[in-house]
Amino acid sequence: MENRKKARFSSALTAGLFAMGVLVVPLAHADQVTLQVEHYYTAGPQVQAFATAIGDCAATYGAKINITVVPGDALDAKVLQQSSSKTLPDLLMLDNPDVASFASTGALLPLSQFGITATGFYPGIVAASTYKGKLYSLQPITNTISLFYNTDLLKAAGLTPPTTWSSLKRDAKRLTHGNNYGLAFSAKADFEGTWQFLPFMWTAGASEDNINSPQMASAIQLWVDLFNAKSVSHSALTWSQSDVNDQFIAGKAAMMINGPWQYPALKAVPSLHWAVAPIPTPAAGGVSVSPLGGEGWTLPDTGNAANEAIAAKVLVCLNSDSNQMKIGLAGGVIPTKIKLAKAYVKQAPDMAAFVKQVATARARTGIVGENWPAAATKIFKAFQLALVGGKTAAQAASIAAAGQ
Amino acid sequence: MKHVKFLNRYAFLVPAMIFMSFFYAVPIFKSIQLGFQNYSISSFYTGKAPYVGLQNYRYVIHYGNFGKALENTILFTVVSILFQFTIGLSLAILFRREFPMSKILQGLLLAPWLISLIAASAVWKWILDQDSGILNEFLNFTHLDRSYPGWLVDPKFALISIILINIWIGIPFNAVILLSGIREIPEDIFEAAEIDGASGFRSFRHIIWPLLRPVTAIVLLLGVIYTLKVLDIIIATTNGGPADATQTIATKAYFYSFVDFAFGRGAAMNNILIIISLLFAFLYWRLSRRHSND
Repeated sequence: MENRKKARFSSALTAGLFAMGVLVVPLAHADQVTLQVEHYYTAGPQVQAFATAIGDCAATYGAKINITVVPGDALDAKVLQQSSSKTLPDLLMLDNPDVASFASTGALLPLSQFGITATGFYPGIVAASTYKGKLYSLQPITNTISLFYNTDLLKAAGLTPPTTWSSLKRDAKRLTHGNNYGLAFSAKADFEGTWQFLPFMWTAGASEDNINSPQMASAIQLWVDLFNAKSVSHSALTWSQSDVNDQFIAGKAAMMINGPWQYPALKAVPSLHWAVAPIPTPAAGGVSVSPLGGEGWTLPDTGNAANEAIAAKVLVCLNSDSNQMKIGLAGGVIPTKIKLAKAYVKQAPDMAAFVKQVATARARTGIVGENWPAAATKIFKAFQLALVGGKTAAQAASIAAAGQ
Repeated sequence: MKHVKFLNRYAFLVPAMIFMSFFYAVPIFKSIQLGFQNYSISSFYTGKAPYVGLQNYRYVIHYGNFGKALENTILFTVVSILFQFTIGLSLAILFRREFPMSKILQGLLLAPWLISLIAASAVWKWILDQDSGILNEFLNFTHLDRSYPGWLVDPKFALISIILINIWIGIPFNAVILLSGIREIPEDIFEAAEIDGASGFRSFRHIIWPLLRPVTAIVLLLGVIYTLKVLDIIIATTNGGPADATQTIATKAYFYSFVDFAFGRGAAMNNILIIISLLFAFLYWRLSRRHSND
């Protein structure tokens, strides 16, 4: 009795294993390569646009793709864990200021190895993709920030968008009535605050490799003046960029610093009339310099040469003129090849201001490379110290520069 | 034979010892080790993290406003515990006797403990918003204060505000554990005391307080250790700002590790926090030993 039971059990087990084998074997023996792709787009038109573009590119080279989405902040941690367990994906998207950091670890392959160059891309994009003279990523699309203004409120006050810092201060003051402020931006104690401060800092001529400079102090002073005049709410110290957008939509801010990814939310409110202008510069006729956003696509060192070669082809294909245009037109992001600007603006006229801004925009890692996180921390420390820490702009810049 | 008995006894300890060493000893050892290493993001890929002696400790103490963070940690912990415990104890005494709706109110009391901390922090951020927060609207409406204080954005108020949020979160924990402690006290002791004329505050002073002492000690110890390492509320409301006004040892450890990717410095900061926690644990151990010797 007992024996028979055992026999039945073992034959069932054998049958089961055999069935599993039948299922597993054909998959393992298929020659079709599956590329592991990893990015952090969880919502918005980009998700589908990228999935289609990468899928089509891979299909051209006979490969399939498997996309893993790791939301926002969690991606860095995930990539670190994968790089220590040697399970990095074949095609990895990184926020562009992180490309240098990860390239510095040796986990990414230099693209020259596959004969890939970034000819025809904006110089700022090339800088963001380069670490120690070598190209590590290709970035198909980018974005940046600019000055949004409520056309109704400006018209009612008889104003045109400000172009210099002094007119920005004056107009913001005139547009402020009680709890309705003239200007809104994010002055948060994190990288988002730094990102919003960069246009002012760079346009003033300050550099992230040494923020203890009179130029830095003058940029900080601009924010201090705007705060002290109550033209900007103190809540800006905790606002994220989407909070800033909410304030603008609610009519509680006449102008804001923000990016084109807010277009869908802004367009969803038909009663809101708005337009985009360059961020004001210290003196008339200056060129506004803003930071380049967007993500670089990289090839991690997986040790699987066959997959790496196909992933490299897919990466080039993802950055083809037609794919850059398709992804760009899918929603609020700008193709990174200079020659596409004209055709893109023709089809997306409301992006014209941003396309113009991108031409002069700068990469955050262009000067400091993998030391960007440390530099970015000093920058937000500096403006927060001056805005609410009771320090003068110059003191704040020097304390933050020393890392105190 | 004696040998076998001896081995048998220890064999029973093996599973617990394996568990303890994997889940307690290894992480602590790793954290101590990391504190002496220059562990950057490259270390993840290359597996190389050179030993740098006390450099990480020297850095975290000399740079980045360590004194302020230590001061904030102590203020945050002491003030939070003081209020959590007194309010929790008062509520526990209130709920000792049943009264109409006492069960429902007890259930409601748990709410702050049940709500996800990130969601609770988001709501507090709205409540405390300077321009459109309900707290300032209320102060303005009642003419108590028309200055619209920036609860989370003014360095004068930011620490107070997050302490307030933390007290709100911690009350249920204190109240529930203390209440169960009070319920353990036999009812006849209260009755006997009442016959002797001790009720109200005197019954608290001479019955509840001394008999509750073991529970009190554990609530305070857990409270202190839990509060020392609070991170989520601070990150979600002020992110350590404005101008470092709400930076604590725990948030600094987090920023070093997960924002600057300087894991060695983060571990050094964290080890300092562990040492502070151990001091409290040691204090608790001494007190409880003295108490059991009484």
